[in-house]
Amino acid sequence: MAIKFEMSPCQIDELKQRIAKHLQKPGPLMPTLHDAQQIFGCIPLEVQKIIAEELNEPIAKINGVVSFYSHFTVEPKGKHIINVCLGTACYVRGSQDIIDKLSELLKIKPGETTADGKFTLAANRCFGACGLAPVFTVDGKVYGTANTKDAQSAVESLLKDLE
Amino acid sequence: MTKEQLLKIRKKASEKLLMSKLPHAYRVAIGMATCGVTAGAQPVYDEFVAEVKKRHLNDVFVASVGCVGECALEPLVEVTDNQGVVTTYCKVKPEDVEKIIENHLVNGRIVEDLLPSKFKKGGSSDANARQGRIALRNCGIINPEDLEEYIARDGYLALAKALTEMTPEGVIEEVKKSNLRGRGGGGFPTGLKWSLAARNKGGQHYLICNADEGDPGAFMDRSVLEGDPFGVIEAMTIAGYAISASQGYIYVRAEYPLAVTRINKAIEKAYEVGLLGDNIFGSGFHFDLETRLGAGAFVCGEETALMASIEGERGLPRNKPPFPADEGLWKKPTIINNVETFANIAPIILKGADWFNTIGTEKSRGTKVFALGGKINNTGLLEIPMGTTLREVIYDIGGGIPNGRAFKAVQTGGPSGGCLTAQHLDTPIEYDTLVNLGSMMGSGGMIVMDDTNCMVDVARFFLEFTVDESCGKCIPCREGTKRMLELLEKITKGKADLKDLQTLEDLANSIKDSALCGLGQTAPNPVLSTLNNFRDEYLAHVVDKKCPAGVCKDLIQYYITDKCIGCGRCKRGCPVGAITGENKKIHVIDHNICIKCGACKVACPVGAIITA
Repeated sequence: MAIKFEMSPCQIDELKQRIAKHLQKPGPLMPTLHDAQQIFGCIPLEVQKIIAEELNEPIAKINGVVSFYSHFTVEPKGKHIINVCLGTACYVRGSQDIIDKLSELLKIKPGETTADGKFTLAANRCFGACGLAPVFTVDGKVYGTANTKDAQSAVESLLKDLE
Repeated sequence: MTKEQLLKIRKKASEKLLMSKLPHAYRVAIGMATCGVTAGAQPVYDEFVAEVKKRHLNDVFVASVGCVGECALEPLVEVTDNQGVVTTYCKVKPEDVEKIIENHLVNGRIVEDLLPSKFKKGGSSDANARQGRIALRNCGIINPEDLEEYIARDGYLALAKALTEMTPEGVIEEVKKSNLRGRGGGGFPTGLKWSLAARNKGGQHYLICNADEGDPGAFMDRSVLEGDPFGVIEAMTIAGYAISASQGYIYVRAEYPLAVTRINKAIEKAYEVGLLGDNIFGSGFHFDLETRLGAGAFVCGEETALMASIEGERGLPRNKPPFPADEGLWKKPTIINNVETFANIAPIILKGADWFNTIGTEKSRGTKVFALGGKINNTGLLEIPMGTTLREVIYDIGGGIPNGRAFKAVQTGGPSGGCLTAQHLDTPIEYDTLVNLGSMMGSGGMIVMDDTNCMVDVARFFLEFTVDESCGKCIPCREGTKRMLELLEKITKGKADLKDLQTLEDLANSIKDSALCGLGQTAPNPVLSTLNNFRDEYLAHVVDKKCPAGVCKDLIQYYITDKCIGCGRCKRGCPVGAITGENKKIHVIDHNICIKCGACKVACPVGAIITA
């Protein structure tokens, strides 16, 4: 794991408050996990333990649910997150080339984070912007009708910003 | 809110929306759904707001609206005058805004060079495409966050009618009579489904809207939620009344942040004015609604898995029966309908089942929304009457295949569907015709492929998807799809023999018969349908070890033809130095070094590099 996970007491309080709110309604686990991921950026075992205690559920169950859904992550992500859509519309229009190019540039595989914690590269199944395929996102900003050159210049401009 | 208050708001809001008392007014609507924002609609919107303010144009109303449907032409700006005449401008950039305001809004002259005809390659006019919309009736027209604009376009009249003039049984009867079938893919009759839950008298009932639109290439549910959230909320309230459910959930994918925001805002607004909560329209009916977020599991689009996810479990499907209508969420009778199904409900209640029955074909009534993507000129969202042929969709509306390439296939139904080929172009699109051809309606994704797409690779792509998304509960899906993927990889690498092809087909058929849920049962469809329609392409990979479309890297080699002008761009572009050649002489690729990355083909200015 490239980046060390840390949590502040203030973040823990925030999570506990939100859990208390979710407990008033049936089915509190999924909303809790979404909140936890939003607060901490990921849901490692330390956070799962808190959730298990607050919801009065075995930690094995919490872990089972966290690991089932691809949206939840147990490891901290990089400073910049690049997501390439591998949905059908994007795939037939060449998004595999884009992700290959990014993999080559960042020297990581999809799903991995660079050792310096600067970038996470992820493959995603359809953002629903199929009319603009192929698309990729950088920190939530969507690049439509993209090609490998757009991907390369996006990475280069991020690297420039980081310097 | 009472019905009288609603009618009063409607009168005022409709005057405002149609600008009927302002002879020189214009409404400027900017498409700001995900596609529009991606294409750069936000700065265009900001520029319009700033410029209109600067020039004190008090009769110009700038609105942010949902998906207009023509994704390829975004950002789209629609200018409407008070006679209802609409002018569409496409690919608008912030610097075009002043030109539109100066020429059109101030001097009444249309800006010719931003009209769709300048950008579109074929396809019918927008006006035609817009007619007869039911599910998308408000998308791209109203501001999705403005309840009054929704009411101006007959919003909440259907709910008022249902709650004050109809019994729950009457509502179900009307939906039954309309012959509306589920738009999520399966095509189960909606009215019948509702009556199954209503039959269980007493106790808590639940209503769920399935907005976990997981099929890659499908985005109609996103567009409805982003463009007309009140339409879904009103329909769910009507359905809740019909099946006597007091609690509803909208289960929406976390990948659609804008849709989530808009639907949450709309729910909040509906509570504020009493259109959700206690005693709606003074009828004594109580309905609560909230959103629940998915978390990136495709299988949660399956209804029993979706319910497990809301309950806070791993999203695993379970055996049916018991069906959700008898034992669903928290073991209570539950009805799950898709977003688009709900989007049809209010018009059916308001205009009646007889009206709905005049649209579509005998076995498939109404319209269907499709997301047209892939190798097609006019990508976008379209709503067409059932029974329209594929040819009309691809050539008349879609404008055909880009770059003069040949149409090869269209994939419908996502990872659960199959491919239709040129010989099926004149088939009317209906639930049953598509199933008979080995595909399915699915939720409405339509991906067009041309002769540069390899059908074996496409099948491999879908299997990779299902292997990734299989929940692991039943063996046919967990193990079977994995073995199928291995076989397909063997084929695309040129290492398979004819026996493997037979194994693949046998395996596909047995998974189809034995998997637990819809995901597993339909997972072999992409393989079976490509085997049926493109067996020669499989044979080319297996017997000749060739990929006719030039996609499978292990089976192709790059060659430089005598078209080469010796410019050296390919040589400079090659990452491994596999290309040699002197200036202005034909270059050569060393196949021992070449990694088949395709960089040279992209770099070549004259198209001299081919794959074979």
